[in-house]
Formats: sequence, C-alpha cells, structure tokens
Amino acid sequence: MEDLSAAEQREPGEADTRGKAHTRGGAETGRESGTDREADARGEADTGREPDTRGGDGTADAVIATRGLTKRYRGGQLAVDGLELTVPAGSVFGFLGPNGSGKTTTIRMLMGLIEPTSGTARVLGRPMPRSSRVVLPHVGALIEGPALYGFLSGRDNLLRYDAADPTADPRTRRTRVSAALDRVGLTAAAGKKARAYSLGMKQRLGLAAALLQPRRLLVLDEPTNGLDPQGMREIRLLIRELASDGTTVFLSSHLLDEIEQVCSHAAVMAQGRLITQGAVRDLAAGARGRLVVTTPDSADAARVLKEQGVADLVITETGVTGEPPDRELADVNAALVAAGVRVRGFGVERASLEDAFVALTGEGFDVAG
Amino acid sequence: MSRAEESGTSAATAGPADPPAPAPLAGSAKPPAPAPPAGPAKSAAPATRLPSAGISPSTGAGSHPLWTFGLFRSELVTTFRRWRTIALLAVLAAVPILVGIAVKIETSGGSPADGGGGGGGPAFIAQITNNGLFLVFTSLAATLPFFLPMAIGVIAGDAIAGEANAGTLRYLLVAPAGRTRLLLTKYATTLAFCLVATLVVAASALAVGALLFPLGDLTTISGTRISFGEGLLRALLIALVVAASLIGVAALGLFISTLTNSGIAAMATTVGLLITVQILDQIPQLHAVQPYFFSHYWLSFADLMREPVYWDDLRRNLGLQALYAAVFGSAAWARFTAKDITA
Ligand SMILES: Nc1ncnc2c1ncn2[C@@H]1O[C@H](COP(=O)(O)OP(=O)(O)OP(=O)(O)O)[C@@H](O)[C@H]1O
Ligand SMILES: [Mg+2]
Repeated sequence: MEDLSAAEQREPGEADTRGKAHTRGGAETGRESGTDREADARGEADTGREPDTRGGDGTADAVIATRGLTKRYRGGQLAVDGLELTVPAGSVFGFLGPNGSGKTTTIRMLMGLIEPTSGTARVLGRPMPRSSRVVLPHVGALIEGPALYGFLSGRDNLLRYDAADPTADPRTRRTRVSAALDRVGLTAAAGKKARAYSLGMKQRLGLAAALLQPRRLLVLDEPTNGLDPQGMREIRLLIRELASDGTTVFLSSHLLDEIEQVCSHAAVMAQGRLITQGAVRDLAAGARGRLVVTTPDSADAARVLKEQGVADLVITETGVTGEPPDRELADVNAALVAAGVRVRGFGVERASLEDAFVALTGEGFDVAG
Repeated sequence: MSRAEESGTSAATAGPADPPAPAPLAGSAKPPAPAPPAGPAKSAAPATRLPSAGISPSTGAGSHPLWTFGLFRSELVTTFRRWRTIALLAVLAAVPILVGIAVKIETSGGSPADGGGGGGGPAFIAQITNNGLFLVFTSLAATLPFFLPMAIGVIAGDAIAGEANAGTLRYLLVAPAGRTRLLLTKYATTLAFCLVATLVVAASALAVGALLFPLGDLTTISGTRISFGEGLLRALLIALVVAASLIGVAALGLFISTLTNSGIAAMATTVGLLITVQILDQIPQLHAVQPYFFSHYWLSFADLMREPVYWDDLRRNLGLQALYAAVFGSAAWARFTAKDITA
C-alpha cells in the first residue's frame, strides 16, 4: 500500500486538510524509519520499548495492519476469512460491505474483544489483543451502536467510561467530559437520564465517549446511524476536523455517499473476504464515468457525438449520454456547437462509489448466509 | 484475549504494561500546575498529533498507579445508586422490623414465643423481650439462610452478565478497563455489598430492638453475663462474620455471571443454586458431602455468643468461604479473560 501516499490522497474539496495531514505523516515516517527496522528485528516479541510501526512486511506507517485475520464463530460461521487490511496513518478509512459481511467482527477483533481464529492484527504497531492495555487508551471506539447505563445521566455515563480507563487523569475528568459533551452537541441534555435519550442522542453520547481523550485512532462502526441530517453533517465535519488534527479514522458505514464525502481510503468486504482496498478516488474510477450532454436536439447531438467517437450512446429525456472518448472533450463540445446543436450542459458525470460498490459486491439484495 | 496477556499485566495494573512511559517517569512528566487539555483533540499540541502509526513515547499514556482505583469508585457509586440495590437493601432492612413487631405482638398477647424464628435462631428469639440486642442476632440468623445470599446472588449474578446484556461491557473493555481489573473490581464491589447488606440488617435490628425492647447486660449461650458494651462489640463481630459467610456465594455468582450474556439468567441460576444447596444440606444421606456446601457452617456465627468463644466451626466456615473464593474466583477469571465478547 506504499502507493497510497500523499499525492493520491487529495480529494477534490478536501485537498487542504488531508494534504496537510499527509505531509506531516510523511515527515514522521522518514524520521522513524531507523527505529522501525530495529523493532522489526525483534519481531513479535514486543518487549515494548520502542514503537513498532511496521506490520512485518513493509507496511510502514500503518495504523491498522492485519495478516490473514480469520474468525470462525463457535457455531461454525466463517465471519472473516483471511483479511489483509492496511490502514495508513492519517487516513479517513471507509470500511464497506453488505450486511453480515464481517465488518463488526473485524472491528471486534481489532479492539481485542474477540480472539481471532487465526492470523494477526496490529493496531498502532502493536499486536492485538495482546497489547490492549497499551493500545486502547489511544483508541476511541463506537462498536455496533452505543451502549449506555439507562439509569445514569448522560454526563455520569461518560464519567463512568472515563473512570474505566486507568490512564485517564481523574483531575481533568469533569473538564474532559464536558468538552466531549459539548463537541457532540449534548451539553443541554447532559443531565437527562440516558434511558430517556432518543436514538440519535444515544449515538451522540456514544461518540462523546470515544472522544474523551485525544486519540490516535477512532474506530467508528456506523457512526451516523440514527442521526438527523444536521447530526450527520456535524459528524462528517467532526471527522474531517479530527483527521486534520492527525487522528486516523476507521469508519464502517452503509452510506456510500457519506464514505465518498469524508473518506480518503476505503476497503470493501463481502462474505468475510476483502474484495478491494485503496484510495477512494481509485475505487470510484474503477467504474467509469459517463459523458452527459443536455440538449433539446438529442438526435443531432447523438449523430455528432458518434462521429466524434463516443460509444454506447443513450438518448434520454434531457439529452444524450455516452462513454467519454479518449480525445479532448473541449473539441467534442466545439464540434457539437459547430453542428448547430443547442448545448445546455456538457460534462462527465463521475462514477459514484455506489456504482463501484454494486459492481464489486453484486446487485443482489439477499444477505449471504 | 489470551490468558497469558492478562496474567502478565494483572499484577501491576499501571506499571510495566505501559512500556513507552515507565510509571515513575510518567508521574513526573505530567506537570501538576497547568490544567491539561480541556478539549479532547482540539487543544492538543500539534507535536503529539502526528499521524504516525506507532505509539511514541511522547504520547505514551502517562498514568498514575492510584488512577486504577477510579473504576472501583465508579463501580461502587453506580451499584449503590441503582434503584434495584436500594430496593434489596430496603427489603433487608424490613426483616428486623417485621420480626421485632411480631415478637412484640406475640409476647404482649401472653403466649411465649418458641421456635418460629425462621432461620433457626430460637435460642435468641426467646430473649428478645428481655434485651433488644438479641433482635440483631435473631435478624441475622433469619436473613442469612435466604434473604442475604439472595441479594448477593442478584448483585453478583448481574455483575458481568448485566453489563454484557446492556452492551456496556464492550465499552468498558475498550476503555480499556482490563479484564482482570474489571473482574476484581466487580468482586470487590460485590463484597462491599455483602458488608453493607449485613450492616443494614444489623443496624435496622438494633434500632428496632432499642425502640421496642429494653437494652442492658445480656446472658451468653453459655450462661455467663456480659455487659451491654461487650454485647454490642459481639454483635458487630457477628455481623462481620455473617458478611464473610457470603464470600463464597459472591464468588459463585460472579462465576455464573461470566458464563452468560443474560443478567436475569445469571441471577436466577445463582439464586436457584442457593436454594438447591440449602435443601441438599438437609438431606441426611448426603452427610459425606455436606461439609463442602458453602452454607453448611453459616450458623456457626452463634458460637461467638459462647463464653469462651467456640472457634472450630467459625474457622471451618471462613476456610470454606476462602476455598470457594479461590476456586470460583479462578474459574471466573479463566472464563472471563478467554471469553469472546460478542454482546
Ligand atoms: N456472535 C456471533 N455468533 C455467530 N455468528 C455471528 C456472531 N456475530 C456475527 N456472526 C455472523 O458473522 C457474520 C458477520 O457478521 P458481522 O456482524 O461482522 O457483519 P457486519 O458486516 O457488521 O454486518 P452489518 O452491516 O449488518 O452490521 C454474519 O454472517 C453473522 O451471522
Ligand atoms: Mg455491523
């Protein structure tokens, strides 16, 4: 995954923040490469003086790296099958897959909640679940929805979760809890019993729990589930903000446009197997975009476009679409205008991640057993 | 989660397991004067926010060994703030009130009270009318066979399973609470509840006894007289022994709690086992195994009212409780540290 570095990260509209994060990431990689090699030499021993940022096969700078990660549940269900996942530092990583494809199972293994049947997982350069105690204070997680103590207020819920972390300073606990509540917009409802929270409020409180401390990595399993449009927007903003601070965000979701909007990288799972992973732009580019011409003179337009080498022409209500040709598009447009076609709109519609996703995982609606 | 990992780190919860920042260094590295960052990520210095993969020493979690007890405090507060806990304690506090009133009514009606003392404390119940302090002994004897262990069964059974059921267990573990630390915290809290529950019964009994009956010097089972002050001291000692008698049930309940993800199932199983053992303890054919039932020596606390105190059964009781704590505590640990948390 070396090739997924700075240059390819840049997404239109987000080039600023993401680019910044990556320049810094790159600098750090250079600085630490010496110690990395030492750590490698020690292999799995993990005696733990120096951080080990290599996954063991040259995946430097990977925040999450799994090798042949496999989980077979006790019932015999193969939920995750030989997963080779690499999440670069500083990325916003979208983890996609249909229902039951093994996303939550993977996240549970990464968080040390369940033991892999085989294979290894490294988080922040350390093996999980063995190094849970060292790694997890740097990780904020939302796993399969929030879970709260209904008989405690929102604030008391956070105080309890914070108390569970032995590395959390009790002197700053109240301040940090208030800051986290503020960050997810729950300050006004902080005194209310969590049992009386709405789904979206619970989700926000769950997120607040993940933000109690500055984190190196955020693992969010469907974070916008149950949120109102403003809430979703805020979460997206929050994710961007965190990412620009250098936090790596690992995000599972079904909402593809959401992934497309916030993620720099993505991986797609289906039936426990990893189908693809890489920069979002590359994934979407896999499914080709289409040339869209909006015009009332569709018949003429189609004729001209055919002459210009545009294949797979389809005449629609508002104009013509086709596969974009290899030649300069401005020339194609000029040819249309020269032929007297009244062009109201001309452009290439980028293939959405949804197209790519469906192309990869199939159209079928039924959940695989 | 492997057992090896936990056993390696359980001994010192904060120290050697955090290699990037050795404990003493971490303590001094954090200057106490300026308040650390208020906003989770916003205000953190950029130098520590580099998107590098590994855990670097600069961001190594600096933690203080004492912080590890924050969870215990939180657990205590959470447990005793629950409506359910309050209800259990209220039921326990009501028992001495009912016994006291019943004795008062019966004796004022003229018929001498004999043998109706519920848990087998007839030796004490007859004396209540002479001395209110005996209501403490009677109430403890009446609640020890069932009410007290049932309350413990509810708290212990729900300890892990209840958190699993609510899903809060996974968030505690990724906090990370640490499995061994969480289990120890849960056990310590259950034991604290044993003590509080017993003291609630004793205090309620003392209050009711003082209100309804005369207080004064008392006669021990051996027939000697002791002062009221010493009687009070013995009452406290008995309460402590009764609380200690519940250690075994607490460990058993905690073990059962690690077996299931349903709090209700764990509570029901624990209470069911409790009743079964009490019944089996009465069947003469099981004579050979009865000394290993956790409830077998429970009523030995009465021996503290002899002069001199008869220690044998008391010692056997405490030894048996320690055995149960060791066996079921280890079983609970083995189970919990190796368990897949899927709830
Ligand atoms: N506790 C369990 N015991 C047995 N099988 C399980 C368990 N949890 C999940 N599975 C199975 O493992 C597979 C993957 O489940 P998982 O929850 O990881 O999917 P997911 O990708 O998170 O799905 P969703 O998008 O619906 O959240 C499914 O086939 C599921 O039936
Ligand atoms: Mg899921």
